[in-house]
Amino acid sequence: MSEAAKPAVPAAPRAAGRAGRNTELPEHLKSYKHVWVFVEHDRGHVNPVSWELMGEARKLADKLQVQVAGVILGGPDEPLDAYAKEAYAYGADRCYVMRDPVLKGYRNEPFTKGLTDLVNAHQPEIMLLGASAMGRDLAGSVATTLGTGLTADCTELNIDGRALAATRPTFGGSLLCTIMTLAYRPQMATVRPRVMQLPRRDETRSGDIVEMPLGMVETDIVTKLLDFIPDANRNTVNLAYADVIIAGGKGLKNADNFKMVWDLARVLGAEVGATRAVVQAGWAEAERQVGQTGKTVRPKLYIAAGISGAIQHRVGMESSDVIVAINTDPNAPIFDFAHYGIVGNAMQVLPVLTQAFRTHLDKRIRKVA
Amino acid sequence: MHIVVCIKQVPDSAQIRVHPVTNTIMRQGVPAIVNPYDLFALEEALRLKDQFGGRVTMLCMGPPQAEDSLRKCISFGATDAVLVTDRAFAGADTLATSYALAAAIRKIGQEQAVDLVFTGKQTIDGDTAQVGPGIAKRLGLNLLTYVSRIVEVDLDARRLKVERRAEGGVQLLDTTLPSLITMLEGTNEMRFASLDDMLRAGRFPVRKWNKDDAGIEEVSKIGLKGSPTIVSKVFGPTPRTEKADMQVVADSNPQDVTLNLLQKIFTTHPQIEAELVERLSA
Repeated sequence: MSEAAKPAVPAAPRAAGRAGRNTELPEHLKSYKHVWVFVEHDRGHVNPVSWELMGEARKLADKLQVQVAGVILGGPDEPLDAYAKEAYAYGADRCYVMRDPVLKGYRNEPFTKGLTDLVNAHQPEIMLLGASAMGRDLAGSVATTLGTGLTADCTELNIDGRALAATRPTFGGSLLCTIMTLAYRPQMATVRPRVMQLPRRDETRSGDIVEMPLGMVETDIVTKLLDFIPDANRNTVNLAYADVIIAGGKGLKNADNFKMVWDLARVLGAEVGATRAVVQAGWAEAERQVGQTGKTVRPKLYIAAGISGAIQHRVGMESSDVIVAINTDPNAPIFDFAHYGIVGNAMQVLPVLTQAFRTHLDKRIRKVA
Repeated sequence: MHIVVCIKQVPDSAQIRVHPVTNTIMRQGVPAIVNPYDLFALEEALRLKDQFGGRVTMLCMGPPQAEDSLRKCISFGATDAVLVTDRAFAGADTLATSYALAAAIRKIGQEQAVDLVFTGKQTIDGDTAQVGPGIAKRLGLNLLTYVSRIVEVDLDARRLKVERRAEGGVQLLDTTLPSLITMLEGTNEMRFASLDDMLRAGRFPVRKWNKDDAGIEEVSKIGLKGSPTIVSKVFGPTPRTEKADMQVVADSNPQDVTLNLLQKIFTTHPQIEAELVERLSA
């Protein structure tokens, strides 16, 4: 059965930690209701992590028998109503919207005020944000302002009693822990992109909009957004949402051998991923790091070459549909969660695998043409 | 210019092992290091000190042993080091941590006004990235997270221009001092410690502050009591039951092994093959 049906787990750290702590929800916070999702958007696009969270929010709200709301802050000339419609399709019942020229382009100060004011006015019990550059910046500021609990990078969200049970990896992913905020509201949590599944859209769903003014003018805001410089390789590095990823680890021995990962990636039209050690050695850019301190990915095919499968890497890629591992060590941990394993030297196997894929796909493409 | 750099001493996560039966962290023998992300913050602060003169004060909250990490930072060229250490801080979550660090920074600021506070992007043991924004909020500093480049500092005008990493690009932001910067990784390379600084670090008197020294009056805001989040359960990841479908190159040859692999993948997952063909034909 669901976590909600189980009694609170009297684990040792909890019992020991309870001394002198307030774990009872004060009377004035008991009226806090509903589950909110901060809908993150920038320059015309909603970050898909917001919709992934909407799916989770829906599940939590159904368990609590409350509603789901999207929170949309932006400029008056941005398509906020269109985002609200999308929010309904992904599971929201309502959207709180703040339109103001100073909310065009993310800045910490006006967004913190906007979201804090909305929370104080409408009192949600749970507030979810993407663990992105915007979501983490905002969540930390809002939680501190409200003096409430915030759990980062959750991999599972559930309800225990009436409280949010947020599970996240700890100690570099070696362990998982479930964290709860019992005596404060809202209970805040961030989730990384791609950790949760995108829910199915339902275009027949609709909802209402509640508008609230920000009450801030440009001269109130110290920090100015002068420019936005899009990445030159913006369309090439999109690891989190790639369908096929070829990743290399320290087993490839040097930067030159790491190019074999690129060769295979080119043949498959795939993205290149790397372990933390590889990024630290400078063989690949930081945006290509997969794992606990890098990106979370869930491609249809993940080929890991020369990667031992340390837990830090595993937590970032284990939701991939098909995992192929190439490693010299038959006892490498990666073979415990890969679907297909090749025990062999990645430097020797990769070029052959590249050639095999090329020959096979060329044949198939010619057939299609 | 007075810069405070906050660091954390963390266990080297690459070397952490979990006890297979009890699911507890086996800390014995795991070396403690300066959180690697904090070194990018330190290097950036040292560069500003090289350029503008002034002081870099290191700040760390942790057990007495964390003094070693502060000494390490002195060896790289930091001016001063404060370790905030008190049993009352035990069990602090990010909210309680930012409260204690903000109090200590306020205290440090009484000796000499602080122009900039630096932190790393996040720690490698907690990974939350919440303490930096928390400190900024408590001290009313302009918050600049994920800074990839400090473009310009104008000390006379008290203005600061930075590039901040965002989704799909960087924001160019202009703000005023004092600010708090969380520095992105890979943005600079830590200098080598000079012999002079290494010798200085060895005998450096790291200042140790308890909660009273740090100017903390409200004990309900620190440690476990000041932490809204409660760890209710700690457990190990569920192991996958089935092992990988294995082939050994040494038993055959790379050609046969890879052809066999392709056949297996594409037979079991024809949609992967179909999508590859479709994408590559386009």
